[in-house]
Amino acid sequence: MSVLKITNLTKKFGKFTALNRINFEMQKGEVYGFIGPNGAGKTTTIRVLLGILKATEGEASIFGMDAWRDAVEIHKRIAYVPGDVNLWGNLTGGEVIDLLVRLRGSNNKSRREQLIEKFDLDPSKKCRTYSKGNRQKVALISALASDADVYILDEPTSGLDPLMEKVFQECVFELKSRGKSILLSSHILSEVEKLCDKVSIIRQGKIIESGTLSELRHLTRTNVIVETKKPIEALDTVKGVHSLNRCNQGISMQVDTEELGNVIKYISEFDIVKLESFPLTLEELFIRHYK
Amino acid sequence: MIGQLNKNSKKLIRFILRRDRVRIPIWILAISLITIIIAPAFAEMFPTQQERMLMAQTMSNPAMIAMVGPGYGLDNYTVGAMMAHEMLLFTALAVAIMSIFLVVRHTRGDEERGRLELIRSLPVGRLSNLSATVTVSVVVNIILSLIIGFGLYALGIESMGLNGSLLYGAALGSVGILFTAVTAVFSQLSQSSRGAIGYSFAFLGICYLVRAVGDVGNEILSLISPLGLVLRSEVYVNNIWWPVFVVLGEAVAIILVAYYLNFKRDLQAGLIQPRPGRKDASPFLRSPFSLALRLMRSAIIAWSVGMLVLGMSYGSVLGDLEAFFESNELIKSMLPSSGQGFTLTEQFLTLLMSIISIFGTVPALQILLKLKGEEKRDRCEHLLAGAVSRTRLLAGFLVISIAVSIIMQFLTVLGLWAAGSIVMEQPISFSRMISAAFVYMPAMWTMIGLTVLLIGFYPKATGFVWLYLIFAFFVVYLGRALQLPEWTAELTPFGHIPQIPVDDMNFVTVSVLTVIAAVLSVFGFAGYNRRDIG
Repeated sequence: MSVLKITNLTKKFGKFTALNRINFEMQKGEVYGFIGPNGAGKTTTIRVLLGILKATEGEASIFGMDAWRDAVEIHKRIAYVPGDVNLWGNLTGGEVIDLLVRLRGSNNKSRREQLIEKFDLDPSKKCRTYSKGNRQKVALISALASDADVYILDEPTSGLDPLMEKVFQECVFELKSRGKSILLSSHILSEVEKLCDKVSIIRQGKIIESGTLSELRHLTRTNVIVETKKPIEALDTVKGVHSLNRCNQGISMQVDTEELGNVIKYISEFDIVKLESFPLTLEELFIRHYK
Repeated sequence: MIGQLNKNSKKLIRFILRRDRVRIPIWILAISLITIIIAPAFAEMFPTQQERMLMAQTMSNPAMIAMVGPGYGLDNYTVGAMMAHEMLLFTALAVAIMSIFLVVRHTRGDEERGRLELIRSLPVGRLSNLSATVTVSVVVNIILSLIIGFGLYALGIESMGLNGSLLYGAALGSVGILFTAVTAVFSQLSQSSRGAIGYSFAFLGICYLVRAVGDVGNEILSLISPLGLVLRSEVYVNNIWWPVFVVLGEAVAIILVAYYLNFKRDLQAGLIQPRPGRKDASPFLRSPFSLALRLMRSAIIAWSVGMLVLGMSYGSVLGDLEAFFESNELIKSMLPSSGQGFTLTEQFLTLLMSIISIFGTVPALQILLKLKGEEKRDRCEHLLAGAVSRTRLLAGFLVISIAVSIIMQFLTVLGLWAAGSIVMEQPISFSRMISAAFVYMPAMWTMIGLTVLLIGFYPKATGFVWLYLIFAFFVVYLGRALQLPEWTAELTPFGHIPQIPVDDMNFVTVSVLTVIAAVLSVFGFAGYNRRDIG
């Protein structure tokens, strides 16, 4: 069942096209990664989904309701963490958490306390004294303490230290195990890799790649490291070989997945001593797409 | 040892002067210019002894004494006596504020931002920064004293001799130096610059209040407050110097305390721990309305007190107005022309009401525009991402804005009436004053409606309402004196309001304005529901 769907969404600010006919769909219970560099349109997409920006063309819907028209009804069942958390300087963290939870209409005191402890936040301090990481914790705790069905998290860990990142990941797994759906925008790829079932990659307002992680890798390349007795001749002319590099262990390269068989066949003529292959990390995927 | 502790403070002094090379001259220039401009203005406005005596009479009631301090030489109210009576205290407040900001900025302010840590890692003494800051502030105050002292003398006004003028400057400077010392102590005590500024201002407020109570009833209390003490120098009347030296002596003692505290404590530590705030929100904080109220709480309280005091200060002069107006052509020309059959005081009241309503509009618009500020700082998305409609968000701010417009108008009238009925032989009734003031509500609401419209459609252009309000102030307040045509005032909603009690009530105009306000708001809501936020 699809809980969140974007169809041919276009958003223009004056003459500037921020989003150009983007599409994606998130199923119930999925953790959906939304990745792209800064300024690609991640936050704009999320703001359209929240009904804060109005789509120029196309549709965005959550729970089958229109993101713009039925915003209030939708928001009773979603929780959101902005990428750049700005809080009210003269309210304490605890006050902001309560206010935001109440605005969503839910209230779960014990979970709130647990989360405050887990994230190690002092809720009695005024928000103006919080660092970026602490402001992010406030937004995260208020989102996670809410009883929502869909969680929209815009780069939620960009200010957290590695320890807190781990706490956050645990929380996401826990939400997932309870059947919640999560849209996670990020440019921290290891995080997306660890948490997400599906990924869409956005660049300059366009979705350039979408699918499960394995599907995406299938589309791309495999890392191969090879060591041979005889030097491999004219390897750079072989179809499907890229990024050739001589390294300590031998020769490393990226190979188009559909050409893998032919490449191995070619290499084997030079007496293979060692052959390693492993999938591209999302990091490498990313660099390839945004070069 | 002392040399070690203050090592390189001369370099730090130069550094402070470099950083504040614009700020300090602006403060000095602003305060001295205003002082030096006002003195000849007094001489021009009240050229004869008779006019000044009338003014003296107007000023010598308890409300005015509480506000500006006791008058000296009231039986021979020279321009100098007038200046010392009506300007010295307020200028002293400005000098104190200058010193507070200057000292906090370079002590706790730099410490809080971690800049002092950088300085302290260099071969610089532990007390150097405090020494440098205090030195700069003291020197700034001395320079200000001398400029004002010689400046006032240079005006060549008969009653303002060299001795008196220098004493006027010295009185101001001594207050500035005292607050340099006090702020230096609070900068040691508080852990944040906001805290240090807050405590210093609280101290300034207490000094002012103690003096106000003392001046009205108890001389000893006035001597305890440094603000009260410097007024006892009776500048331009008896020119008594010792209060200035007493205040300076107090300042030296307090500075030593600041040095001791700075010597004892760790960098970035404070002796007053910030109180931990609430861990939970109060049950009340659960909607855009309550959030707006919470965010604007201090501003609303401050404005309420301010408007009440404004009303009281206008009210306290109502008693002597008749005689005063009779002799002052300038003010007479500002009153409505259709005023036959009404006392001058009643005519003045109508002018007063229009000004009061324009002032009262300021906080009402501030509250609405807070919403725009929230949007600009990306905080609206927290609210709109909750189950909150845009209508509810805007309405929350609008309701408070309207309520504030009513409360401000009410409080000002209350102050006006309360003080007026003490000093007037035949007080104007409360209901009469209320109706004269509340008839302006539709004009205030039209300004509010216009602001809602701008927030809904052209959030970037909201600054326009301030220009419009300032324009309204000029054409309504000064229009008649400057003999501007009537239609200039009618370009603003305030110019259409019937001036009760001089004019008759005009229900049509008032209703039309109310409808306009409502229509503007409705359109504003429609726009707000349609546009992008952020």
